[in-house]
Amino acid sequence: MASFRLHVNGKTTTVSVEPGTPLLYVLRNDLELNGPKFGCGLAQCGACTVLMDGKPVRSCVTPVSAAANTRVTTIESLGTLERLHPLQRAFIEEQACQCGYCGNGMVMSAKALLDRNPGPSELEIKQALNGHLCRCASHNRIVRAVQRAAKEMRS
Amino acid sequence: MSVVPDVSRRDFVKTGGALVIGFALAPRVALAQGRPAPLPASLNTNRMLDAWLRIDPNGTVTIFTGKIELGQGIGTALSQIAADELDVDLQRIQVVSGDTARTPNEGQTAGSLSVEQSGTALRFACAEARDVLVSAAAAKLGVAAPGLTVSDGAVTAPGGATATYWELAGSAGLNREATAQTKPKPAAEHHWVGRSVPRRDIPKKFTGGAAYVQDIRLPGMVFGRVVRPPSPGARLRSVDEAAARRLPGVVAVVRDGSFLAVAAVREEQAIGAREALKRSARWTETVSLPPADEALYRHLMSLPVPGQTVSEKTSVTAAAPAKTLEALYTRPYQCHASMGPSCAVARWQEGKLVVWTHSQGVFPLRAELAKVFDMSPQDIRCIHAEGAGCYGHNGADDVVLDAALVARATGARPVKLQWMRDDEFAWEPYGSAMVMKLSGGIDAQGNVVTWSHELWSQSHNTRPGASAGVNLLAARHLATPRPLVPPADVPQPSGGSDRNAIPLYDFPNVKVVKHYIADAPIRTSALRTLGGYANVFALESFVDELAAAAGADPVEFRLRHLNDARARAVIEAAAQRAGWRPSAKGDGERGRGFAFARYKNLACYCAMAADVEVERKTGLVRVARVVAAVDAGQIVNPDGVVNQIEGGIIQSTSWTLKESVRFDRTQVTTRSWADYPILRFTEVPEVDVVLLDRPDERFLGVGEGAQGPAAAAIANALANATGKRLRALPFTPERVRRNLLQVDP
Repeated sequence: MASFRLHVNGKTTTVSVEPGTPLLYVLRNDLELNGPKFGCGLAQCGACTVLMDGKPVRSCVTPVSAAANTRVTTIESLGTLERLHPLQRAFIEEQACQCGYCGNGMVMSAKALLDRNPGPSELEIKQALNGHLCRCASHNRIVRAVQRAAKEMRS
Repeated sequence: MSVVPDVSRRDFVKTGGALVIGFALAPRVALAQGRPAPLPASLNTNRMLDAWLRIDPNGTVTIFTGKIELGQGIGTALSQIAADELDVDLQRIQVVSGDTARTPNEGQTAGSLSVEQSGTALRFACAEARDVLVSAAAAKLGVAAPGLTVSDGAVTAPGGATATYWELAGSAGLNREATAQTKPKPAAEHHWVGRSVPRRDIPKKFTGGAAYVQDIRLPGMVFGRVVRPPSPGARLRSVDEAAARRLPGVVAVVRDGSFLAVAAVREEQAIGAREALKRSARWTETVSLPPADEALYRHLMSLPVPGQTVSEKTSVTAAAPAKTLEALYTRPYQCHASMGPSCAVARWQEGKLVVWTHSQGVFPLRAELAKVFDMSPQDIRCIHAEGAGCYGHNGADDVVLDAALVARATGARPVKLQWMRDDEFAWEPYGSAMVMKLSGGIDAQGNVVTWSHELWSQSHNTRPGASAGVNLLAARHLATPRPLVPPADVPQPSGGSDRNAIPLYDFPNVKVVKHYIADAPIRTSALRTLGGYANVFALESFVDELAAAAGADPVEFRLRHLNDARARAVIEAAAQRAGWRPSAKGDGERGRGFAFARYKNLACYCAMAADVEVERKTGLVRVARVVAAVDAGQIVNPDGVVNQIEGGIIQSTSWTLKESVRFDRTQVTTRSWADYPILRFTEVPEVDVVLLDRPDERFLGVGEGAQGPAAAAIANALANATGKRLRALPFTPERVRRNLLQVDP
């Protein structure tokens, strides 16, 4: 066991865990965040995606030791039900899911995309999300949601 | 025999200060005169009004449904139906679903039946409840009921005096058996039904809310993981349990026969202990699986399973065929492949068990758990919480038994147990591999005169409750195993292996025969449409083959064999929207295909046109665009219907182009997404859905309507593009390339 100082969603916390512990379990179980999901544990599906210093990472294979002293952002910090982030609002308005289990990863990778490219083309959105799997097949709605959010954020 | 409630009809109870109209969920069967009058849909088996709804003094209405949210939007659709019949604002409706202690037993949430069964029941129950409430208001206001109007739960007399549902909640007894004598509203009076109301389950899913069973956290909860055998026939010889118990955080190692599992204080500790147990476990494996690839289909056809005639129609007047064709189509085992591995939370307290589960059927699950633990079902409560989309019977039920077995060893500490990715891929029950042998003949005018569909398939329903025995995976691994008793096939008219095998077309001579393989080493169960996907793929491919033999356009050929006006309407609508050009030829690389089916021959009508592109050098097939037309009867939530059809088309495109389970003669070798690729963003077709609303018709289930037609439309488009027909799923680049190189006989 070792102690790690984590900066998650603007708050600093210290956790005592094995250094190899995937960040995902610290976020879900110690910090009680629901957003990042366990999908595969193999960095293959993207459901666990969070931002580390603004870049999307797969928290299921990111050891907590690597996350220490970085800024970790999860979907919880984007907005709340009362004050939605444009991406959250767009995903809701486009009804861009069925089960929604992949939705966290989609929103977080889209956030990283729009942060670096505020006006992505449809193809750029698809390429940015190509590493994310969606089994209900809401892909086209997700692309429309990202386009809608991009438009709102630019205006 | 008659079903009577176990509470006097006039009883009502007070709980927690709220007026709760008496609750009678468990009718007892008593000797009585005659049979109860049949009631519509699920109302027939859950006959009390207050089993379906409750009026709360705080101004809300709670509806109770045995159907559960799978991301298909059922909670929203049912609330729309209830709000309309009751004349209340949608925001007042709360939904309680899938709880063995609180909701009606509506069996499984499956077969695209939720709106048909639960929606119809709620519609009649709410219409009748409105009558009861209006009568109570009339009594209170001292006026005649017919003169009263209702707006958002306020009942107003002509003079302006008002009584609200919320005031009347205590005195208007809904603890009575439904009569279904109150006619639901005509479509013209609907305010919520027919509107694309946003789904109520979505906002929390995008804001980090607790939306799934995976998000449940109970005090003192520990984390469980299961260590499955390496193969279906494997038995556990030895394992170093003591070493695993010494690992940090481990609170229990459970071994019972070949069932092996662990619980730990932290999730990663449970995963670590699982790895340690896997390393030290020694198994005896057996070569028990069938051969793979092409040999699999020969194997299935060679099994000593006699054919059963499903449907036979003969005509003495039809002409003899001038030309006959025969073709063999195959479909491999395919996965549900849910994004989230199956998960459950289990807690034992004073000999009673409570589980939180994403099972599609909490009541059948409870009955199965009761068998395993030899307890009364009354001592088990199964509460639904959403999981990742399941598309049928995945590991949802199995993981509950795993969690309950582990929680028995953790004392009062509840256990959350989630499968790892490889557990899900290797052990979920797959959609069955199938073989379809089609033959048919056309007369001199090019009309179909003979049609035969013979199929070979394993079971499409090994869910809890599908047969005697215990249909939960771990039960067969226990030291005293409870074997799965092979279930019978799902009977017609909906059918299981033979779902959609009977053509809806008006062919004069038809024979449908099935070889139902009840028991097989590779476990199979319900995957979206059961046998419907493969049967429609074969049937609608073969219709195109016969159309080609007749020199006819595929759309015209279908229409000339169809009298059903609604079937014709969706075909015409899809063709029109797609800009179908009769008898247009593909150019070698691009083509267009058409297909149609009415799901189960009972539910929604769906027709579609698909555009595909083929890279001849690599064999890579891309589906560029799909245009679909759907008739689902009266539509409750148009966007919900579009979402289902859109998702169905894209998911079916994935099944059709990419998916098959890999195995050798001992083990299933599909263990991760790397072994089981699915469609990605850059491969997804553009989808356009046309809805044919029929507000005066009854609901027709829509959730599975697209799977079969999408596969066939793609197959027909590929044949149109290249002139070469592919009859083996999936259409992988290698298979397509091989097919293109093949010289026609």
